[in-house]
Amino acid sequence: MNTIVTVLYYLLTAYVAVLLVANFLKNKKWQEEILTIIVLIPFVLRLLRLK
Amino acid sequence: MKRKIAIAAFGAALAVFAGLSFYRSRHLREPVVPGPGVSRVAHLGDYFGPVKGTVNDVNIYVLEGKEPGGTVLLLGGTHPEEPAGRLAAWIFAENAEVARGRIFVILTANRSASTVTRLGGAYPPDYTIPTAWGGQKFRMGDRWSNPLDQWPDPEVYLHYPTRQELAYVDIRNLNRDFPGRPNGTLTEKTCYAITELIRREKVDIAIDFHEAELQYPVISTIVAHQKGADLAAAASMFISSVEGFAIGVENSPKALRGLSHREIGDATDAISLLLEAPEPFLDATRGRTNRELLLTGKDEFVVRAGKRGLLFEKIDEKGWPIDIRVGRHASTVLQILEIWSGDNPAKAVVLSGVPRYTDVVRDGVGAYLKDPKTVNPAKLVFE
Repeated sequence: MNTIVTVLYYLLTAYVAVLLVANFLKNKKWQEEILTIIVLIPFVLRLLRLK
Repeated sequence: MKRKIAIAAFGAALAVFAGLSFYRSRHLREPVVPGPGVSRVAHLGDYFGPVKGTVNDVNIYVLEGKEPGGTVLLLGGTHPEEPAGRLAAWIFAENAEVARGRIFVILTANRSASTVTRLGGAYPPDYTIPTAWGGQKFRMGDRWSNPLDQWPDPEVYLHYPTRQELAYVDIRNLNRDFPGRPNGTLTEKTCYAITELIRREKVDIAIDFHEAELQYPVISTIVAHQKGADLAAAASMFISSVEGFAIGVENSPKALRGLSHREIGDATDAISLLLEAPEPFLDATRGRTNRELLLTGKDEFVVRAGKRGLLFEKIDEKGWPIDIRVGRHASTVLQILEIWSGDNPAKAVVLSGVPRYTDVVRDGVGAYLKDPKTVNPAKLVFE
């Protein structure tokens, strides 16, 4: 059960990361682009199992 | 487009910087120079197969005397964020020579917890103990197993086997999972392996090293299972009269489950004791949570809390330096073993080479850490 939940968690994390990347590409203002990139970092680190 | 590339590169640089810091912290190798008394280094997985090969298949330093006697287990790193516990165990592994009996020393009982710091707590990733040869770096660690190794936590944690309801996060707390569950989580399996070690090696006394915040009432004390109440009381009296510091005695509560001092005593033939030293770094009212606070134990805000009568241990501008905290643990163990050996000659544990409280306070902990560069690399062990 724990394994299933963990896999789902990582899938969800990857999904949110993809949304953030898409958002970053769509952004027009540089302030929003920086904000999106900073929000993306913990998702990337989590996917890489670094934190 | 150029702007987006530049911002993405900025983000990637931040991610690499943070990622490297986390990776280095998780994988920092801590060298141990096994002392003259160490006859072999076993592993926790030797006592319970499912732990083998996991992050918690930790080293067990076995010190065997030439003459038979009793058997003692010293547990450091049950909570790695309480560094005096690990360092006290380190001093035994690197310095002790056993003449009678056996001592099993675990430096990092919950290695998984030593590879992470308190989430959102702004803990330093590591700390360095100064030595004459430059200093030795240690992982900071946390109270709970790393979520990378054990996740998710349950909504409700029911302790095994009593089914007492405990805080959900404590399913990753080694000192809430004893006596352990063979088919449980990594932390429960680790506890089970330690309990198996105690059973199979017929351990007479298990001593678990800890530190506590000054706002916690169980502090500067020996928490004793009822089987060890007399031993702890005698040790407390001797320590208070001859070692240069005072230490109390607390009875292990029967209604609070999962703790080593309760469960090891109940589940095995061993006397289980837990030692607490003061660590201002853990206090909720502390100021900056940095390496200096960890090692000096100096914090003006904790001092202020003391002046308002909010603490269970005294503190002043001198703080609670790591040397004092480690020295307390070392002398407490030595006194316990001396009293035990006097009362139980057939199961005596006689050792030498371990500094007492006054030695550690005078020379510093670093004086009793061995330089890994001076020994054959093949003899080094890494935590």
